[in-house]
Amino acid sequence: MDLIDRSAKVRKNFHQAKWDEPIIFELSTPGERGINVPEAEPEIREAVGDLGIPASMQRKTPAALPEIAQPRVLRHYMRLSQQTLGADVNIEIGQGTCTVKYSPKINEVLARQPQITELHPLQPEETVQGMMEIFYKTDCFLREISGLDRFTFQPGGGSQGILTMASVVYNYFAQKGEADQRDEIITTVYSHPSDAAAPAVKGYKIIHIGPDKDGYPDFEAFKAAVGPRTAGFFVANPEDTGVYNPRVKEFTDLVHEHGGLCGYDQANANGLLGVTRTKEAGFDLCFFNLHKTFSTPHGCGGPACGATGAVKKLEPFLPGPFINEVKKEDGTVGYAFDRSYTDEPRSVGKIRSWYGVAPVVLKAYAWIMSLGAEGLYETAKVAVLNNNYMFKKLMEIPCVDAPYIPGKQRVEQVRYTIEKLTQDTGITSGDIQRRMMDFGMHYWTSHHPYHIAEPITLEPTETPSREDLDEYINTLKHVFQEAYDNPEIIKTAPHQSVCHQVDSSPSDDPAQWAITWRSYLKKAKKPA
Amino acid sequence: MIRIGLIINPIAGMGGRVGLKGTDGLADQARALGALPLAPDKAARALAPLAGDTDIRILAPPGDMGAGVALDCGMKVDTLDMISKEITAGRDTIDAAKQLKSLNLDLLLFAGGDGTARDLCSAVGEDLPVLGIPAGVKIHSPVFARTPETAGRLAMDFVRGKVKGLCHREVLDIDEDIYREGRVQTRLYGYLKVPEADRVQSRKAGSPVGEAAAQNLIALDYIDAMEKDKIYLIGSGTTTRPVMENLGLAHSLLGVDLVKNRELLLKDATEKQILGITHGEDIGIFITPIGGQGYLFGRGNHQISPEILQRAGKENIRVGATLEKIGSLRGQPFLVDTGDPSTDRMLSGYTRVITGYRQEMIYPIL
Repeated sequence: MDLIDRSAKVRKNFHQAKWDEPIIFELSTPGERGINVPEAEPEIREAVGDLGIPASMQRKTPAALPEIAQPRVLRHYMRLSQQTLGADVNIEIGQGTCTVKYSPKINEVLARQPQITELHPLQPEETVQGMMEIFYKTDCFLREISGLDRFTFQPGGGSQGILTMASVVYNYFAQKGEADQRDEIITTVYSHPSDAAAPAVKGYKIIHIGPDKDGYPDFEAFKAAVGPRTAGFFVANPEDTGVYNPRVKEFTDLVHEHGGLCGYDQANANGLLGVTRTKEAGFDLCFFNLHKTFSTPHGCGGPACGATGAVKKLEPFLPGPFINEVKKEDGTVGYAFDRSYTDEPRSVGKIRSWYGVAPVVLKAYAWIMSLGAEGLYETAKVAVLNNNYMFKKLMEIPCVDAPYIPGKQRVEQVRYTIEKLTQDTGITSGDIQRRMMDFGMHYWTSHHPYHIAEPITLEPTETPSREDLDEYINTLKHVFQEAYDNPEIIKTAPHQSVCHQVDSSPSDDPAQWAITWRSYLKKAKKPA
Repeated sequence: MIRIGLIINPIAGMGGRVGLKGTDGLADQARALGALPLAPDKAARALAPLAGDTDIRILAPPGDMGAGVALDCGMKVDTLDMISKEITAGRDTIDAAKQLKSLNLDLLLFAGGDGTARDLCSAVGEDLPVLGIPAGVKIHSPVFARTPETAGRLAMDFVRGKVKGLCHREVLDIDEDIYREGRVQTRLYGYLKVPEADRVQSRKAGSPVGEAAAQNLIALDYIDAMEKDKIYLIGSGTTTRPVMENLGLAHSLLGVDLVKNRELLLKDATEKQILGITHGEDIGIFITPIGGQGYLFGRGNHQISPEILQRAGKENIRVGATLEKIGSLRGQPFLVDTGDPSTDRMLSGYTRVITGYRQEMIYPIL
């Protein structure tokens, strides 16, 4: 018997499951039940009285929900889970800028305990002291990591974090009577597009700065942009290219000289933990995506957190309430809501209901506690080391290049270009993206519009081992070689994935969208 | 049945290999220097992705101008009634294009360079979706796909409805007589309507608006800022054209139109007319860079002379361009070549480009 040869480290026999699974509503059988709700015990009825729902609150018709037994529900969702390429099954390097790292399962166990799942935001403070302590301490950790003075966990994601920053900026200048005059937010083309989109939602005019020849935000252009109309400067650093702007303090100083405020997009701070701080870079506001750097994990557009922080003078503008540590009468330490700013006009009010997604904050707290300060610093170092290793290996491939600062390293991610491959073979970066699915790998190009031709954005984080990195690199090399030897297989990819080539044009046509079962029934044509 | 027109300029690209700066009017010389036709092979590479589809019918002039190449690729072909020639000229392209225009095509593919694009532009204008297979010495016009293969695939995606958007792209060409003397002078000759490639890739986040929608937002922003009694010079281009369309005004394709109080003062004005009408008046100028090149002044809009630019002053000269268009310049600054060094100096430095509704970018002018 021979040993299986794994030296190529390319999964040529990968094939994803395709279950042809119906929509859950199509599985419904009237009368079928997944769970029977038991009658309340006599003791409970005795204690709380009549449990019947008042007639005025009862539905006239039952809710239109699928009626399915438990095994079929389980089978349905297990099948769907096999049709995704989730972070727990693939080597998650290909979604650069997203910081998809391992989310320790122990943290999920903690978040699913009944002590957490059965909490209610209206419970009396004295019954939720533990959760309040976790919120308070996580706030303190982020203060230490950033140097800022107070954090709110209300924003449910990065874009809400940016919207919170834009709202704080607006209210700050409204209070000074300058809101009408200061109607511009400056950002850069390599910052996340939400740094433009969220302030635009708030009503700001957006001014973009392009890169200079080294890929840093063009300081001369910046000087031409900043003026009496500047309300704020929202920027990521490093930007999507992975290039870190070492002169960032000159940018923030200039904005301050003109009376504006600076907001740091630290959605991804993975290469910076324990290395640089928001405050020292001159920022007044920032946000951290707990689902990125702090592993909580990504919520697929669902539960996440863009924890948003501010310097002392902007604290009253943040959405409240805050949680403070207090000394109780008996001398012990406790936690209390601080509503001192909540009802005053300076506060931007609620960005999201209640205090933020509590299990997400809990998981971030647990992650930070498990690592400690040294562990956080090591996380950043390993993330950068992994990126440097990958950068070196990929730059040895003749068709790969990385624009700007030749020979210098990036921070935790890199935006590469494979323009040469496209010129040689006609295969685009978008084609490679589809082919990588055939090996069970994600691969992402760039936000639009492309300022770098045929881009790839890769971010290893601290999670992958050297073996994982090699597997991803070898798979990329294999696919690049295919582009030269057998381009047809790439043009027609994916072949081993759940979906083959998809016509994405309906996504530009609202008439062809069905986001709910009801709209599907309304819009879908019945077979003849 | 899908009907694709095909025109190959068989002599395109021949000049390059033998050191000529183009082949227009020089095919005999190129052939004498030993140049071989390249365009038919490039067209065949582009046809490869389409060749397997039995639903597709190619309509083309005979021989190396199209039909012969398509037949060699094993495709169904209708040959136009034209005389097959070995050495072709621009008028052959124009004749073929005019015939094809009336044949109800889904798409017209052509293989050639900027000269061929120019001929296509004069024959079919913006009446028909057109896509260029790069085969010439000069490929400055953004009407060409990057490679023959990408042209074929984009053509396939377009006729199969996977790519639906069409955008107007500039047809640029160099004046070859001046170019052979070592000077580069590009001219804008018009527009072709080409499939909008690559917009639907990589949907990690929300997709940006299409180019036409983005241009419309730029126009709305500019219109919002228009002042009473000020005379506006609206330059040529698909970015500036929506200003006229949104105001409901007639406009010229390649000229400069004058607007006052949202009414048309003059269409396709000359320098002399502009100088006369704007004498003693406040003026605003709205222009867009030439795609892929970045020229603001001095290429095709000489009506806006240095004297007019000086009269307007830099603060009244606004540039509109989508972020996509700016990205296509790969960081190269906007260029000006008004013919007057002091005006060029006045225009140089940074400008606020309108890139969307209430959205601008600070961009350098060289």
